[in-house]
Amino acid sequence: MSEILVLVEQVEGEVKKVTLELLTLARSLGTPSAVWAGPGLTAEAKARLAEYGADKIYVAASSDIVDYVVAPKAELLAQLVAATSPAAVLVAATSEGKEVAGRLAVKTDSGVITDAVGLGEGFVADQSIFGGGINVQSKVSKGTPIVAVRPNSTAPEAAPAAGAEEEVSVTLSDAAKAARIVERVKQEKGARPELTEAAIVVSGGRGVGSADNFSIIEGLADSLGAAVGASRAATDAGWYPHQFQVGQTGKTVSPQLYIAAGISGAIQHRAGMQTAKTIVAINKDPEAPIFELADYGVVGDLHQVVPQLTEEINKRK
Amino acid sequence: MNIVVCVKQVPDTATERKLRSDDKTLDRDAVDGVVNELDEYAVEEALRLKEAHGGEVTVLTMGPGKATETIRKALAMGADKAVHLSDDALHGSDALSTSYAMAQVLKKIGFDLVILGSESTDARTGVLAAMLAERLGTPQLTLANKVDVEGSSIAIQRITDYGFDKVEATLPAVVSVVEKINEPRYPSFKGIMAAKKKPVETLAIGDASIDAAQVGLAAAWSSVVDFAAAPPRVAGTIVKDEGDGGAKAADYLASKKFI
Repeated sequence: MSEILVLVEQVEGEVKKVTLELLTLARSLGTPSAVWAGPGLTAEAKARLAEYGADKIYVAASSDIVDYVVAPKAELLAQLVAATSPAAVLVAATSEGKEVAGRLAVKTDSGVITDAVGLGEGFVADQSIFGGGINVQSKVSKGTPIVAVRPNSTAPEAAPAAGAEEEVSVTLSDAAKAARIVERVKQEKGARPELTEAAIVVSGGRGVGSADNFSIIEGLADSLGAAVGASRAATDAGWYPHQFQVGQTGKTVSPQLYIAAGISGAIQHRAGMQTAKTIVAINKDPEAPIFELADYGVVGDLHQVVPQLTEEINKRK
Repeated sequence: MNIVVCVKQVPDTATERKLRSDDKTLDRDAVDGVVNELDEYAVEEALRLKEAHGGEVTVLTMGPGKATETIRKALAMGADKAVHLSDDALHGSDALSTSYAMAQVLKKIGFDLVILGSESTDARTGVLAAMLAERLGTPQLTLANKVDVEGSSIAIQRITDYGFDKVEATLPAVVSVVEKINEPRYPSFKGIMAAKKKPVETLAIGDASIDAAQVGLAAAWSSVVDFAAAPPRVAGTIVKDEGDGGAKAADYLASKKFI
């Protein structure tokens, strides 16, 4: 079976779930090789990659790889593409993953598909465009298929493989070292999962009413182990930080379960969450467009409904 | 400082957007075109940088004749002049061809800073800024919610999943911005009148040394094989809260094994 490169996403040495999803997907189309870009590969991370089917793990441990914006990762992958002629390269469709894919496409003169929600025979990718209105199948017609796959598109399944570590030395060009990261600033993330990666997302909108009231949304999220999102109305009002905005000008999420509380469901918001597998809406306006999408809807005041829901969930756990 | 802002005309997201049945490209005639929202933030940021540091703001757009509406909006906001890359040969260009064609124009017209929105509301690939930086060999300062220029140094805050990165580079550079960066101004009546007199240069592909074999639908590196309207979501169960709405929702979540 032909080799498929999978760029590993990790936070402080911990492999993100989306990488396990990509390895699972890659396994159905070839033999996955994980690419660890930067220092910090731990024994645990290595074991995890092998557990989910990485036949090889390419390790480029130079800190140069992570000290500059995006370009070094693309350069590393381009070098591996030249050396291994893989059948495809898969990355996570995160903001950074897509940028890596874009630069790699230019470097290798290859086509790129972003935001794939499925990938089949011949690397034909499924995409959901225009806010979920149209389903598209697309295909790379030149070079090595480079595909950025959305988190939560595939259920990760373990299938142990060799996980043979192979060191890669990479000499970065000056161009790749043009945008230096001088400081990383972490903000109030807490223990919640990352928004674009979370299997469950609970979002609050205008109906939440104030910044303080977002604790109701957070309470529900924590009862489900979910990430918290917010509509643009809520972030514009300053009730919740902008980086949690779900929508056309914010993040796109594709979770298993999306709970929208106090969100009317304007097109701006729908564009960011419409591909969620199951949608639950809570809104006091029975005419709110969010109910057109909802698998389950409660017409009622979120200030009553959400705390009761949270309490019920905590009771049943 | 010579700032070029790249703007794109996109279909109004409030209208129904379609693909053409013949060549599977976006049907631009079926919908009203508007300025890609995130590009308005890019225009605003360019104007603010010009106000602080002097120089000139040039609007660059690639698209059919209709895209001049987009140029007018940016000029009315306060940009100085515009370049419109318009050629039938560009129809159906994918992100790779678009970045190639725009990079050729940018090389021709010159720049200290290129600014654009972090993605478009139609294709939403989010790759153009990265591709432009790659093609132009300039620093990539993308997903910025803050931009500071001092002399030939530029620093941004790049939003990340965990907060932000502080990033530094030397001009020339390519910057993409997110919505949080500023509040775009509305064009004033005076601005709208003045925009009519501002120079707009229209370029065909030959004017910018763009190889016809590298652009358009036939040259695309990826293509749409098939498409169909997404099956409408089946109307779900809607209940009215009679004091037990939360408990009922919990029953539903349990039935779906989320609890």
